[in-house]
Amino acid sequence: MRDCVPHAVRLRLVYLARLREAFASGGETLEVNASERPMTVADVVDALRVRGGAFAAELAPGRAVRFAVNHRVARADAAVSDGDEVAIFPPVTGG
Amino acid sequence: MTVRVQTDDFDAGAEIARLRAADRAIGAIAAFIGAVRDVNDDATVSKLTLEHYPGMTESALDEIVDAAKARFDIRDVLVVHRVGTLVPGDQIVLVVVTGAHRGMVFDACEYVMDFLKTRAPFWKKEQRPDGERWVEARASDDEAASRW
Repeated sequence: MRDCVPHAVRLRLVYLARLREAFASGGETLEVNASERPMTVADVVDALRVRGGAFAAELAPGRAVRFAVNHRVARADAAVSDGDEVAIFPPVTGG
Repeated sequence: MTVRVQTDDFDAGAEIARLRAADRAIGAIAAFIGAVRDVNDDATVSKLTLEHYPGMTESALDEIVDAAKARFDIRDVLVVHRVGTLVPGDQIVLVVVTGAHRGMVFDACEYVMDFLKTRAPFWKKEQRPDGERWVEARASDDEAASRW
């Protein structure tokens, strides 16, 4: 029988623009318990939603939120690994 | 290829002159400048703050420029985007595309701007008479990028 030892995935979260204000934070270190299947950005969002308050409101299904993993644009189904930087932000408005 | 993110203003004429002096094979230049308006959505704007994602901003612009150079037969691209606090009349962004001939430079310039508007990590916050407001992304920008 396989020895399944659950371990935590440690991520550096970055919140930007309007979401930084809504969360009253520019970012944090988040530890998420790993499961059998690879972790994704969606798993990180789920872990934040359960906090309720602004996290639940701003990250509710259907809200326009964008992500980057290690400075590359990423979708919700993108994989995340221990040590990654995950940024969460509103649709961009540069130019 | 040059990409710069800075608080200082830029001089488009000087940038173009520099590009041309460095490359005598340039026969065509297309340029775009974005500037701060004093009215948006029927409200007066007195100040515009540009936020960005340090660490990702330059690399995101690099990727857009790389994609433009792969897709269009052009010689070079310059992107300068300002951040920080700006006021109406200020310049925000400069895109310059150089080529041997005019055939591709217009499209390449538009391509870079369409993807900058939808993928580069900048966010604008307006100061209005009734308070501050984050500018919202436009569906028309996503549509413009999707047509490429």
